[in-house]
Amino acid sequence: MKKYVKDLTVAEVEYPHDLYVLLKLTDSEPLPETFPGQFVEIKVEGSPQTFLRRPISINYVDREKNQLWLLIKKVGEGTHKLAELKAGCKLNLVFPLGNGFSPVQKQGERVLLVGGGVGVAPLLDYGKYLKENGAAPCFLLGARSKSDLLEMEQFCALAPVFVTTEDGSEGEKGFVTQHTLLNHEKFDRISVCGPKPMMVSVAKYAKATSTPCEVSLENMMACGLGACLCCVEKTVKGNVCVCKEGPVFDINDLTWNL
Amino acid sequence: MADLTTKIAGLTMKNPVMTASGTFGYGIEFADFVNLEDIGGIIVKGTTLNPREGNDYPRMVETASGMLNCVGLQNKGVDYFCTNIYPEIKDIKTNMIVNVSGSSLEDYAECAARINELENIPAIELNISCPNVKQGGMAFGVTAEGAEAVVKAVREVYKKTLIVKLSPNVTSIADIAKAVEGAGADSVSLINTLMGMAIDIEKRKPVLSIATGGMSGPAVKPVAVRCVWQVAKAVNIPVIGLGGIMNAHDAIEFLLAGASAIEIGTANFVDPAVTVKVANGISDWLDQHGCSSVAEIVGQLECA
Repeated sequence: MKKYVKDLTVAEVEYPHDLYVLLKLTDSEPLPETFPGQFVEIKVEGSPQTFLRRPISINYVDREKNQLWLLIKKVGEGTHKLAELKAGCKLNLVFPLGNGFSPVQKQGERVLLVGGGVGVAPLLDYGKYLKENGAAPCFLLGARSKSDLLEMEQFCALAPVFVTTEDGSEGEKGFVTQHTLLNHEKFDRISVCGPKPMMVSVAKYAKATSTPCEVSLENMMACGLGACLCCVEKTVKGNVCVCKEGPVFDINDLTWNL
Repeated sequence: MADLTTKIAGLTMKNPVMTASGTFGYGIEFADFVNLEDIGGIIVKGTTLNPREGNDYPRMVETASGMLNCVGLQNKGVDYFCTNIYPEIKDIKTNMIVNVSGSSLEDYAECAARINELENIPAIELNISCPNVKQGGMAFGVTAEGAEAVVKAVREVYKKTLIVKLSPNVTSIADIAKAVEGAGADSVSLINTLMGMAIDIEKRKPVLSIATGGMSGPAVKPVAVRCVWQVAKAVNIPVIGLGGIMNAHDAIEFLLAGASAIEIGTANFVDPAVTVKVANGISDWLDQHGCSSVAEIVGQLECA
């Protein structure tokens, strides 16, 4: 897939939560082809501490409105700067990067999409793709508390959504892997994006139940193009770049202790 | 329009802009962003005789106006390069140069000899300055004797343009450059990264897996310009300058300090199309200043 370095325009900005910003970007020409699970690298202007681009996963692509959505968690100076952007601002992106999630394997396949924290972001775009291409997605989303659940309206519009919160304020109390859904439902495969401990526990569940499973990693990156070899993950094939060979990996290709 | 043609010993380049090893992959990773043939020379990822897995993650940390890395020369070895990568890059119409590293004199020489056989690789850049490997690497580049020994060993087997990449982590980089020139190098490139360190204060641990790493980016540029200036005065072979170049202004500083050509490294991570922008920017600057060629400004620094 061809990669671009492009200035996009901020069309809309939403603040779904104190810690997050949702940037909806557009362009005067149709946005390039992308695949769910791919990411962009954003140049942050006006932040001397932010020298490198910031890798952010593609949250959603709205082809009708020609919009690319980025759901960004405010972590450091760079992401805080991005949260200050207003409609009309330009943002320089290198994209689309990485390989994304697996394409639909067979019609009607039941795919469980498990997300936690800002890791839910790419699952929205993937859920939409799966639904439009004849698969049956189902979301299992985890958060600390009800107010930390993001984009629930969009998720619910696409497919069944199951929720766990650590404080029990919404859905079942506990972690995603404790949800009762997993006791009685069987899925053809699982895709996960979230904090590493969450991904490891879902991967363990997948291995124990012989369910194919892929996880989206977010190792620290510099180039995003497979050139600098900084973001490597140990795999059965040796050290590989998360930005180029990933960010999505089959759990059997990783060297995690499952 | 000013003539950008640049000569580095036997190498003729259409402009003085090259890519620094380890920051531009094998060139093909950047083909969506720039016309590779518009770059004077592309120095590909460091290659060693045997495959290397490199260091553990984390290998990179961002610093003020720069970054530290400790990749540790991850590469699939010279055999893999010759069989699998060379066929993919040999027809790119620019100077494709291989950065060669090793952990012993024999390794360096054998790896260089293998690259010598590749028709469309007109030069190598000998890396005697990698701060991120336990054996070899920088060990050869921090003493005049070590540098001389490795360059002599390679010069015996390598017949094309031999560039030697120098470390700034030394007391006198000019002395190392003179030793390398005496041992038969055709050119020197400098600087490789500066050894640095970052600490995670909550964990009370180094951020990088091997504690230290090589610092690059605009933060190191003043050190690099100083090194180029000192070396250019000390040797008669052409100097290639690098270290934190982000734009044409930076590049021209290096040219005035005495570099005949420049390499762009870390800036490729920020703007994958930066190389061609710098080449065009140099051309514009030369035109605006009534210079007919890039060679005209090399070393033309006026010092009191």
